[in-house]
Amino acid sequence: MDLFSNLALGFATAGTPENLFFCLIGVLLGTLIGVLPGIGATATIAMLLPITFQLEPVSSLIMLAGIYYGAQYGGSTTAILINMPGESSSAVTAIDGYQMARKGRAGAALAIAALGSFFAGTVSTFLVAIFAPPLTAIALQFGSAEYFSLMIVGLVSSIALAHGSVVKALAMVALGLLLGLVGTDIYTGTPRFTLGIREYADGLNFVALAVGVFGVAEIMRNLEGESTRTVLMAKVSGLLPSRQEFKEMIAPVIRGTAIGSALGILPGGGAILASFASYTVEKRMSKTPEEFGKGAVAGVAGPESANNAGAQTSFIPLLTLGIPANPVMALMIGAMIIQGIVPGPNVATEQPALFWGIIASMWIGNLMLVILNLPLIGLWVKLLTVPYYVLFPVIMAFCSIGVYSVNANVYDLYAVAFFGLIGYVLAKLRCEPAPLLLGFVLGPLLEENLRRAMILSRGDPTTFVTRPISAILLAIAVAVLIVVFLPSVKKKREEVFVEEA
Amino acid sequence: MKSISFDTTNAICGALFVATGAFFAIQSLGLDLGTTVRMGPGYFPLVLAGVLVLLGAIIFIQALRVEGEPIDPFAWRGMLFILPAPVFFGLTVRGLGFAPSLFFTAFIACFASQKMNLFFAIILSLLLTIFSVAVFSYGLGLPFERFGPWVRF
Repeated sequence: MDLFSNLALGFATAGTPENLFFCLIGVLLGTLIGVLPGIGATATIAMLLPITFQLEPVSSLIMLAGIYYGAQYGGSTTAILINMPGESSSAVTAIDGYQMARKGRAGAALAIAALGSFFAGTVSTFLVAIFAPPLTAIALQFGSAEYFSLMIVGLVSSIALAHGSVVKALAMVALGLLLGLVGTDIYTGTPRFTLGIREYADGLNFVALAVGVFGVAEIMRNLEGESTRTVLMAKVSGLLPSRQEFKEMIAPVIRGTAIGSALGILPGGGAILASFASYTVEKRMSKTPEEFGKGAVAGVAGPESANNAGAQTSFIPLLTLGIPANPVMALMIGAMIIQGIVPGPNVATEQPALFWGIIASMWIGNLMLVILNLPLIGLWVKLLTVPYYVLFPVIMAFCSIGVYSVNANVYDLYAVAFFGLIGYVLAKLRCEPAPLLLGFVLGPLLEENLRRAMILSRGDPTTFVTRPISAILLAIAVAVLIVVFLPSVKKKREEVFVEEA
Repeated sequence: MKSISFDTTNAICGALFVATGAFFAIQSLGLDLGTTVRMGPGYFPLVLAGVLVLLGAIIFIQALRVEGEPIDPFAWRGMLFILPAPVFFGLTVRGLGFAPSLFFTAFIACFASQKMNLFFAIILSLLLTIFSVAVFSYGLGLPFERFGPWVRF
């Protein structure tokens, strides 16, 4: 079987001592930042990106991936123990997880979350392995028109899954695309929107934008509520779930995995949506829906499995098409480009060891998380008591070092301050930053493919609808847009996000 | 007539998008637009800028009909100390060198919190600098000058 020989190659790659070490570092760092409130996976990966230059491409991508799913685990720990989700995707876990903790079942809740996540991680790793090759084969047929349409689908879906106003999210995409075009035009060499600053001729630094919008702006938001933060922690005792709890978690874990895997592939933040969808489904399916919100096992097991499955399968569009499904994946693209790898369908055929190594490392990383995290919970809990005013100067210093070490360009540091301000103001105006970042990454690609497609079709714009794959993709994009604007869906969407806030 | 009520947040938001879009549009017009077949460097940005202006206008107009929550207060102190920190690092990292520049960057950032005092800020910045020099400069071997020309005697 091809699948098994591929997976064998993957495990051989991921299993070298060096790669295991970086996988371990990644998941530990990920858990750490998942536990610490006020710093997310996006900002951390952006900060660490430059430091991974020195590593082998496989090692660096394995480590960055580890940070991402490690953060999901860490986020659920704080959600359960102190009712404060470290990551937005574990916001739902806090509802029932914290109630379980208050009933003295904190240990069991943590174990359920960890085991559910591990199961989901295992299944979705295999899903990635099964679905990646055929999708890659399709993607190899893609021309400029198809790529253009595919990116439109990605951008539109990111809008659909963003919080709040759809029009604002659309505007954020447009703004992101425009910012992505800053720099030298690839066809003519004309500098665009550089305001005459030569240092911006290569475009705005992606790391600077991500650090500014996701890191610096977030710090300022956290500083607003400084005086009100108090930590009330539940005690952890007895990690093993009871037999009854074990029975109750099986079905939700399986359903959560299925929901998460399906939604994770969608561009635009699969893990968050997956956990909400799973919670809703569990509540509907339950014979005792009144227990939800009072410490239902299914309310922890389902969403936790779903968000982990979603986190894993969001690698599918990245690995097969080179299209990011969420800001973290956008950063992974940045990491690949820095390492000299062109993201897209060619990765699987030209660099099979890298491709399958990353997939295999996800499973290894999930195993590490289960083995490490349950005993280490005491340590993570201690970390929660570190006050924020110690954390943020450290974050600021690391941000500065990280951004500067990308190109040793001091103008990138000014860009960090600028985007920090922009990100903060936009957050104040209730605009989500994720569509902006996706737009920024896709801007140059979108323009390049549009221009090439128009040249190839001799200026005939119908090329996007006469080529079948492109037409289907555009139809999907239109359908998503229509659905988002439908009054009933709009209302439902608002409800979902209100619940989250 | 009823008293004028509008959603301040969205009105500002819409106006900002319109202004930004207009800025990009004006800049694009200075570039070669080309034709639909061979798009020049200004073509795609001009279209996008137009879309941004349009969306901004929609947000602005929608804001006029409803009343919304006011914007929460800004963290002025945070902005005052957080934003200059990376700028300071950028201005001094070549002159002062990595270690002193990082120390002051962290030191500035510290004061964004009301809970910070002078003594603790110095200790924290110092520890952070030692750690960073050890990890990034010696450990990872990033090519930074530890002490720059301004502090060399």
